[in-house]
Amino acid sequence: MESIQIDQELNIKGEVCPYTFVKSKLALEDMESGEVLRVVVDHLPAVTNVPRSLTNEGHNVLEVAQISDTDWAITVRKA
Amino acid sequence: MPVTVYIPTPLRRYTENQARVSTEANDVASLLDDLVSRYPELKTHILDDNYEIPRYVNVYVNEEEIHSLQGKGTRLKDGDQVAVIPAMAGGAQPFSEDQIKRYSRHIILPEVGGKGQRKLLEAKVLLIGTGGLGSPAALYLAAAGVGTLGVVDFDVVDMSNLQRQVIHHVHDLGRPKVQSAAETINDINPDVKVIQHNTRVASDNILDIIADYDVILDGCDNFPTRYLVNDACVLAGKPNVYGSIFRFDGQATVFAPGKGCYRCLFPTPPPPGMVPSCQEAGVLGVLPGIIGVIQATEAVKLILNAGEPLINRLLLYDALSMEFREVKIRRDANCPICGDNPTIKELIDYEQFCGIGPATH
Ligand SMILES: [Zn+2]
Repeated sequence: MESIQIDQELNIKGEVCPYTFVKSKLALEDMESGEVLRVVVDHLPAVTNVPRSLTNEGHNVLEVAQISDTDWAITVRKA
Repeated sequence: MPVTVYIPTPLRRYTENQARVSTEANDVASLLDDLVSRYPELKTHILDDNYEIPRYVNVYVNEEEIHSLQGKGTRLKDGDQVAVIPAMAGGAQPFSEDQIKRYSRHIILPEVGGKGQRKLLEAKVLLIGTGGLGSPAALYLAAAGVGTLGVVDFDVVDMSNLQRQVIHHVHDLGRPKVQSAAETINDINPDVKVIQHNTRVASDNILDIIADYDVILDGCDNFPTRYLVNDACVLAGKPNVYGSIFRFDGQATVFAPGKGCYRCLFPTPPPPGMVPSCQEAGVLGVLPGIIGVIQATEAVKLILNAGEPLINRLLLYDALSMEFREVKIRRDANCPICGDNPTIKELIDYEQFCGIGPATH
């Protein structure tokens, strides 16, 4: 898979739902349309909740990947 | 070399809230290395994966951006001042952790989001009266994070108020209502700046009082104040979120500039004594909870520019039959104040009714 140019990274390990989504949404609000945010979480429900909520808001979730035993990275392009 | 690094507010959450961090470093590269080794969370915000400074971060040494010096190789000497400044969108202050939690249910809403919450925090709403209507309106506007709430009242808290004026408590009896209201508002939300206007609105002060506010919420209980607030809002071009209650019935609407006013509905007040006041007629204690919160809802919608405002629609509520009705209202081209050829060009102090002292509750 082609590597994705990440414009911003948000490390919210330790954060739980719904704040994982709230913080992801706030980070995207401060970015430009088309830019890519990578969100790192370690709260398992967030791995499904955050991409779903971001998709509902019209953003394009590019990738959801486990990056370590505990951590997941959600990569999303701002609508 | 002891060097001071200035940390701007967006990054301070990663430096244990310290605005200035002291470090020993001979050049910018080793300073940044030292910084991120002490505050690992800072790393993704000021350095990329190759430990380079990303384009959206600028580093200054004694107010000179390092690209105009020697970049990361810029030498540092004792007492130098270094600042690490990330790009910020719109210059908006980031939310604190407490604010993110407090307003999370707003931020989640697509119609609000962080942008809408910032609008609320920057908004200024004036509550005319901290009585039956003003109380619930103020409580919810405070909880919602409206950043500035003005409260106008000249009255003190009386035992007979507590049946419906829920912002005041037993320990407030005898205190000025604006003081009691301000205290309750800040107990709910310390983000809110409360401006106390411990005065009776009149033709000689109302324009000054409303001048600084974005939205006026009229929760008064008497005709002289009702007309005064209406006329002042028309003259000043302020949206007037109207509510009134009587026995078991309530009304609410929004008078927006250019779209009609209270005088389009009722050009002049009834003669003194025609209509009984709350004191004589009674009022169901829970009634203002409904109407005041409808007013607060409309104020929030105006601030957010969301949904369909209650403009040109008069909402009528009957608590006994538990029915809501709506009637259309229109701007009257012959309205004495907002019509095409207005006859009222300055504010009028109408005679207070009922032989009882004027009231704003
Ligand atoms: Zn009018």
